[in-house]
Amino acid sequence: MTRRFIFAALVLAAGGAFAQSKPWDHIGREATPAEIKAWDIDVRPDFKGLPKGSGSVALGEKVWEAQCASCHGSFGESNEVFTPIVGGTTKADIETGRVKNLVLGSNFPQRTTLMKVATVSTLWDYINRAMPWNAPKTLKTDEVYGVLAYILNMGDIVPADFTLSDQNIAEVQKRMPNRNGMAFHEPLWKADGKGDVKNVACMKDCPTEAQVRSSLPDFARDAHGNILEQNRVVGPVRGADTTKPPVKAPLGSAPRPAAVVAAAAPLPAAGGVDVKALLAANGCTACHGVSNKIVGPGFTEILARHKGRADLESYLTQKIRNGGSGVFGAVPMPPQPQLKEGDAQAIARWIAAGPR
Amino acid sequence: MEQARKARRSFMGKALAMGAGAIAAGQATRARAAEGDPAILELPEHTRGLGRPVAERPYGLPSQWEANLQRRESPGLTRVPQASVSFTPLQGLFGIITPSGLHFERHHQGWWDIDPSKHRLMVHGLVKRSRVFTMDELMRLPSVSRIHFIECGANSAPEWGNVALPTVQYTHGMVSCSEFTGVLLSTLLDMCGIDRKTAKFVLAEGADGSSMTRTIAIERALDDCIVAWGMNGEMLRPENGYPLRLVVPGVQGVSWVKYLRRIEVGDQKWATKDEAVHYIDLMPDGTHRQYTGIQECKSVITTPSGGQMLLDKGFYNVSGLAWSGRGRIQRVDVSVDGGRNWRTARLEGPVLDKALARFNIDWVWDGKPAILQSRAIDSTGYVQPKINQLRAVRGTRSIYHQNAIQSWRVAESGEVFNVQVY
Repeated sequence: MTRRFIFAALVLAAGGAFAQSKPWDHIGREATPAEIKAWDIDVRPDFKGLPKGSGSVALGEKVWEAQCASCHGSFGESNEVFTPIVGGTTKADIETGRVKNLVLGSNFPQRTTLMKVATVSTLWDYINRAMPWNAPKTLKTDEVYGVLAYILNMGDIVPADFTLSDQNIAEVQKRMPNRNGMAFHEPLWKADGKGDVKNVACMKDCPTEAQVRSSLPDFARDAHGNILEQNRVVGPVRGADTTKPPVKAPLGSAPRPAAVVAAAAPLPAAGGVDVKALLAANGCTACHGVSNKIVGPGFTEILARHKGRADLESYLTQKIRNGGSGVFGAVPMPPQPQLKEGDAQAIARWIAAGPR
Repeated sequence: MEQARKARRSFMGKALAMGAGAIAAGQATRARAAEGDPAILELPEHTRGLGRPVAERPYGLPSQWEANLQRRESPGLTRVPQASVSFTPLQGLFGIITPSGLHFERHHQGWWDIDPSKHRLMVHGLVKRSRVFTMDELMRLPSVSRIHFIECGANSAPEWGNVALPTVQYTHGMVSCSEFTGVLLSTLLDMCGIDRKTAKFVLAEGADGSSMTRTIAIERALDDCIVAWGMNGEMLRPENGYPLRLVVPGVQGVSWVKYLRRIEVGDQKWATKDEAVHYIDLMPDGTHRQYTGIQECKSVITTPSGGQMLLDKGFYNVSGLAWSGRGRIQRVDVSVDGGRNWRTARLEGPVLDKALARFNIDWVWDGKPAILQSRAIDSTGYVQPKINQLRAVRGTRSIYHQNAIQSWRVAESGEVFNVQVY
């Protein structure tokens, strides 16, 4: 009996010693199961983390048209805002698990998501965590299954009457067009890996033609703005004035361009809302040009369509926040729940005043 | 762009352009003054008056004359500013530290200025004790401070095929270097009782809209990863992950998860979107290399560089940056004749592991055309390759890992152009 107590005391002492091995070990607290569940949303290629649920292609199409098509196009083909999701894969690719259009020599012009992604879990995980783009994490589990089913159907990976679920997603994995297209290149994963591209540090009379093989054409000279305004006004160099053709004459035979400090963009009127900044901050300019259509109509086109309305400002305000469809073509505008009423009103007023 | 300008330069007006013009006019007048330089003979306003008071600007700002050095976007690079890049103006910087306000940005779903009292970090998975930490608690822990570069995997990507960009700001501006302060990730993992037998990887996750996730090897996690709140002696900037981010030295910037909220310890890689759809390298045979996080050795001359004009013939201190995700910079060589002959540059110091290193070298320009190149060698002996050597192995569609020797052509006019030379 005594021996057993002594042994127990030793065990406790050892445990205590471990628990106090560092003076900061008590900092922080236990995570509750509910907390872990709230944040532990990742889904692995072995589908660890995948929630139970299901969604049909038909459900996905409904969600897609309401929330996804404005950026990704009705058939996932759009490259207007983000790179396209669908296209470039064939039935033969689905059989082999390799995408022929990825091999050098193909003239297919895009690299769509379905051409690249090898693991269907990646798509489930990303749709769930990050979509819709301006209102992430608002889709229900079954809606995520549905949207993914719709994407897979558009890529001919599943039929139109398919319902994707946690029970059958592993079977779908076997049909991913690029499932065999990934190569693990350990030298670029390991910090101590060896490079696969070799060069020799020759120092003198090195074997090179030293030919200029590529340069920027003169017409692209100011595509990034006037470089004169992107360099310091003091020091050993100045920025070149790229609003003018390059100087041909040798140094010293032509006058030096004067250096300038870029003027700030004028501030909006005191108390006024900077609508241009609002449009950029809320992603409006991804779909709407000022006068040109991008995905949706340009702002001047909107004004032209609705010019006669007596309630123009309030009509536009609610359209901006609630979304809508049918007024301009087939692509619906998704709701913008993140946009405050006052901000939507400012945008509506700006459109009504004649945007520029 | 407008927002950045206003935030940084709200005190500016168009008069500055006239003021700067006056500098040039002053220079022109100098040569004609028989009795001496008017800048000396005529006492300037700042010598004849009272200067400004203390705390007029509680947080100090750059000189108004420095307004040209700003982060900038590359027009047409992306369609939406929330999923885009702003480039660091490397052409105008000195030393190895990037000013926090000029640190490049890369966002996938926009940035936020988060209330730090509401930010939490969770550590869970293959650990004995899943833990939640507040910012208060994390900042009580033993801290380290280290200087490291961060580089977006797509830095210099547009140049894989041919010259596409005019200046070093756009060719190389997705790299920055800061001193980061925080607790080692290994400390947190030990506090949670990591299961070292089964733990092979950790998943890092952010708290923003994209809740970005990346798989990190356990060796990296236990080696030099930092859970950081500090940057250059103050808290992180919101664009750089305030109040908490992961620092993964030597690894692509996409792994340096901003607004860090969760670390999960696991036994398999996760194939997240940013390691299964993006940040995968397309090879000529149609396969993609996956999990290629290490940034290989690279360098670039920043002065003189593309879009700049030399003021005169004669001596120049050619200056640039070099870095390697595998260790420190051992040596940098510079050529002024397109790679036929090279001389070894000075390293300014400090030269640190997985940090930018500044090099410089003497050059006397005789007014004839020249092609400037730098070539870095890191502590593993790896020699920075030419673009044609990269293409021979990887083709032109890799997007990532473009660490080629950069060439700048100096014309007789003194203007410098981006070119590819080999």
